[in-house]
This record gives sequence, structure tokens and C-alpha cells, in this order.
Amino acid sequence: MKAAPPKKSRRANGQALPVDGDNSARWNLRLYVAGQTPRSLTAFKNLKDICEEYLKGEYHIEVVDLMENPTLARGDQILAIPTLVRKLPQPIRKIIGDLSNTERVLVGLDIQPR
Amino acid sequence: MIRQNRRNRPKPLESLKKERTGIPGFDEITRGGLPAGRPTLVCGSAGAGKTLFAMEFLVRGAMLFNEPGVFISFEETDQELTTNVASLGFDLQQLIADKKLVLDYVFIERSEIEETGEYNLEGLFLRLSHAIDSIGAKRIVLDTLEALFSALPNEAIIRAELRRLFRWLKEKGVTAVITCERGEGTLTRYGLEEYVADCVILLDNRVQNQISTRRMRIVKYRGTSHGTNEYPFLIDEKGFSVLPITSLGLTHKAPTEFISSGNPRLDTMLNGQGFYRGSSILVSGTAGTGKSTLGAHFVEATCTRGEKALFFAFEESQDQIIRNMRSVGIELERFVKKGLLKFQNARPSSWGLEVHLAVIHKTISEFEPSVVVIDPITNFLAVGDETETKAMLTRLIDFLKMREITAMFTSLTAGSANAEDSEVGVSSLMDVWLLVKNIESNGERNRGLYILKARGIAHSNQVREFLLTNRGIELIDAYIGTEGVLMGSARSSQVARERATEMARQELTARKQRELQRKQELYEAQLIALKGQYETERDALLRDLDEEEKRERVFADQRLEIARLRKADNGGVQVEGNSAGKARKETLK
Repeated sequence: MKAAPPKKSRRANGQALPVDGDNSARWNLRLYVAGQTPRSLTAFKNLKDICEEYLKGEYHIEVVDLMENPTLARGDQILAIPTLVRKLPQPIRKIIGDLSNTERVLVGLDIQPR
Repeated sequence: MIRQNRRNRPKPLESLKKERTGIPGFDEITRGGLPAGRPTLVCGSAGAGKTLFAMEFLVRGAMLFNEPGVFISFEETDQELTTNVASLGFDLQQLIADKKLVLDYVFIERSEIEETGEYNLEGLFLRLSHAIDSIGAKRIVLDTLEALFSALPNEAIIRAELRRLFRWLKEKGVTAVITCERGEGTLTRYGLEEYVADCVILLDNRVQNQISTRRMRIVKYRGTSHGTNEYPFLIDEKGFSVLPITSLGLTHKAPTEFISSGNPRLDTMLNGQGFYRGSSILVSGTAGTGKSTLGAHFVEATCTRGEKALFFAFEESQDQIIRNMRSVGIELERFVKKGLLKFQNARPSSWGLEVHLAVIHKTISEFEPSVVVIDPITNFLAVGDETETKAMLTRLIDFLKMREITAMFTSLTAGSANAEDSEVGVSSLMDVWLLVKNIESNGERNRGLYILKARGIAHSNQVREFLLTNRGIELIDAYIGTEGVLMGSARSSQVARERATEMARQELTARKQRELQRKQELYEAQLIALKGQYETERDALLRDLDEEEKRERVFADQRLEIARLRKADNGGVQVEGNSAGKARKETLK
């Protein structure tokens, strides 16, 4: 389980590509970014670190670049960039920001009780 | 050098470009619509009509001007929006299919959002950008942008992003409408007006005396002149309409044509021709004096000429008016069927004054009548005070005069009030003022009609008795004599009395004439008798004279005989005696 930068996670057509784990993973996370901005890279790095630490082997991260595929913003109702969406386990949770506050990310993902 | 020259060259004066909204009336008060390529803020409290205004801006833009539009909704789903405007005849699905419209519902659930560090609203920008580009939109609506403040926790970021958003919208060159909730004492709850400084429109829905009136005001419109008043607007089955009705001033024309009042006697009272076309006529009177009937007569005359009439009734339903007028011989239903007559019936309390005015304005504009009857104007006092009502009627009269529409207003005066005190205080605005009055005497009520004023018409100053018969209104000369004005049975008994007096006088004359005749006959008879008597006496006298003469002659003969016998000289005596007798005879003849 090696963290890959978002740059490599995109196909030519811009479709999101599973970065890690598989779809059957218990934690299904999707990170929305808009282009390769420093903030989205930071967000991805922060997410990867947290997942490695708390959800090792149980997660699946998908990165969606809205620059490539703006229509996808509609599905998960994305306004803020970056936004992390917890698709699984239900219910859906959204975490906005560069995920620099680990504590709040853990609370937002319900890894840690509030 | 060249470049600098070009930069220094003064630009040709270019006034602000405007984008028509297609909303009836709105483009007039803004003199052309919203600022093109700039954002406009539409604020108002809940239910003021912000969303509808915004939606009509897009739909009418797409339908009338072929300008595609994007509707970003933060409050209602696509489905809800489609359903909401379907009742106005807007088929959003069709517009979407024709690539004239994009609906995008932005939904943010605060409870499922956690904030961890820095972010921006690039996601929203991308969505807007994508929506605009997908159909080449010229117009965009953000309804209600302030939802962001409740959805996202970091206000500082939102404000920074909004600033960026408005700048971005301007760069994109789309005409944007941003709706906002009104705050306490401020135009918008989150102070968005500081970002959108080009055009701010305030929608208001005020409740006064339990009646709500929608009003619109252009708070600000940078770079252009605009109407500054509050304008009433309507949301009805045809959507949004703003009514730019203000006092138009005294610039209207004065037609010289006359039109009949529908009653020949009334026309006679008014210079024989009736009212001037385009004049305002006030009919005031106490309850049950036949004001509405006068109105119905007027309408009947108008429709008979083939012109259109509009009857605003605030007390009776259409059927009721038609039935009641039939009882006095005025058949209105045929005109309704022919489309010459239209009734607009509403309770005054249904709307506020402004809306009444707006509805009247709208109905008149649609129906284009030549005569309007408003029955009665006093009912407006139920919704507004006297000043407001007067102001509203002034505007209405101005509007009607501009269109050369002849209007008859009825006004109810309370039984006790001075009948010449028109309740609404509008008599000074009126050209003709008819007063119908109940005159009570001898235990009965009779109606009297006066013309209190008729501008520019030489009119009768005499009161007429006003009868409601089954052939309509009849005006009869009231009895005016030494005993005052008499009407009704008093008038007819007075007429009978007068007739009796007249007959008595005629009889007296006849008697005197007969007496004269008799006297003359008597005189003539006496004359004949006298003559007879005279003739008898004369004959007698003549006879006497003859005898005397004979005697004298005999005597003279005797004297002559004596003289002859005595042989005396007596020639002179004979001549004397003869001539005297002859002269006496002559005078008797």
C-alpha cells in the first residue's frame, strides 16, 4: 500500500481511478480537487497519512479532479475544494479543507468519537 | 508612442448596456432592464417573490430574446422549481431540452460537513462555469446565495470567495441576478450589497390593515437613471408584472367630442349632448339612490354605440348586477356575450389599494375600454385611509385621462353626512359631479338629481326628480314654486291642486265673458226700446206741429180775410208766419 500522488491517479480521460485498496474496502473515500494546486496536494498527503495510520488495509481512496470532470461536482454536491467525501460506511460525511487538522478529520470520519 | 496615443484618446460616450428582462413594466421603470454583464442583487423578505422574479428573468430571456440562462438554486430542487412555475405556463423541461436553460440544485447539509483547514469554493465556480459553458448562457441566477453562510462555517472564506465570484461573473460577461434575504434594518442579512454595487432591487410585501401589498423599489442602479418610487407589482397567473403607475401630471389632451350619458333628459341637462369624452364623472349619493343604475345606463349607451365598457364592481357580483339592472329595463347580458362589456368584481378587502390600482390598470390595458365605471370608490376607504385613497384615485384618473377613457365613479355618502361632501375628497379631481339625493318629506322618500358641476359644459342648475322605472331612469321636472321643491306624491298632488285652481280660473273668466255678453245684449235691447220710444214721441210732436201749422194757416187766412174785408195793407205779416213754422219742423226731423 503505497501512497501515490494524485497526478498519477488520473487516466487520460480524466476518470477517477482507485488509488488504493479496492471497492469492497470498508472505508470508501473520495477526494475532490480542482487541478494540481498545492492545497490539493497537501490534502491528498494529509489524507493518505491519516488513512495509513488509522485505517490501514481497510480503505479505498478515489481522487476526482473537477477541472477535468466538472459534471461530477453535482453528484456529491461539491462546492468547496478540497472536499473529502466518506461514501462508506454510511451515512455520507463530508470534510472540507486541506485536512491539516488530523483530529477534526478523525472526528469527521467518525474514526474517533466526537 | 502609437499605443500611448490610442490609450489617451477619449473613448466615445457609451451609456450602460442593459439587458431586458421581459417582465411587464420592469423594463420601463429601469429604462431598459438590468445592467448587462453585471450582477444585480434582488433582496426581499421571505415570500416577496425573489425566486419568481429571478426565474422569469431567465425564462423570458430564453423565450423572448433567445438568451440561454442558468439557474443555480440553493433552496429548491429542480423538480420543485419546475412544478412551481408550471402554473405560470413556463415549461422548464422543454427549455432544458432545447438547451435554453440549465437548472442546478446546490444542496449543502451542514450537519454532514466537517471543516479541517483551508479551502475555497472552486467547486462552485467550476459548477457555474460548466453550466454556463454548456449552453452558452448569457444570464445566470443564484438563488439564494446566502445559503452558503449557513452551510459553511467559515464566514471569512465565504466573503473572500463571494468577492471573487462577483468579479468572476463580471469577467464572464453574464448578467447575473443574485437573490438575498432581507436582514433586520439592512438590505441583506449578510451584507451582500457591499459586493454587488451595480444594481440593487428591493422587493417588499407589506401588510397593512391585514392586507398585503407587493411593492418593488430600485434602491440603486449605478450609471443610469431609473424610477425611484415604490412600484406595486403583481404575481398572478401570468407571472410577475410591475406597474409603473405614477401621477402622470396634467399633460393629457382634452377631447371635444361628447358621449351620451345614456339618459336623454340627463344629456339635456348637460348642454344637450352628454359628457365630454375622457372626462371623469362622479356620481355621489346616499344608499339606494340609483348610482349604480346611472352607471349601468352609461355602460348600456356605450355598448350600444359598439364601444367597449369595463365595469368594476366592489359590492355586487356580475350576475347580481345583470339581474338587478334587468329589473329596471337595462339588459346588460347581451353586451357581455358580445364581448363589449366586462365586469371585474372583487371585494375591496381582497387586496391593498396599490394592488387594486394595479389590477385596474392591468385590466384596462388588456381590455382597452372606452368607458370605465367604478362602483363605488368609497369602498376603497375600507383598505386605505383618505389620503392614500385620494392619491390612488388621482393616479387612476390621470391614467384614464391619458388614454381618453371616460370614467364614472360612484361614491356613497352616509345618510347623515352632508351630501356635497364627497367622502373621498376627490370631487375637485372630477369634471362632472352628479349628486343623487334622497329627499324625505310628507312621509316618503324621493330621489332628486342635481348637477353640482360640469366643467366646460353649460348645464342646468335645476333639480330633477329621479324615478327608477321598469324602463330605466326617468328624470322629471320637480315642482319648484312658492312652496319649495316638491317631489313624488307631493309633486303630483301639487300638480292636481294647480290644475284645479286653473280650472276655477278658467271658469271665472268664462262667467265674466258671459256676463259681458249679457250686458251688451241688455244694452242693445234698451237702446232699441229707447229708440222706439223716441220715435213714438217724435211722431206725436210732429203731428202736433202739423196741427199748429194748420191752425196758424187757418188763423192767417182768417186775418187775411178780415184785412181784405177792412181793406188794410198786411203783406209783411203773411211772410213772417210761414217761415217760422217751416224752421220748427226742420229741427224735429
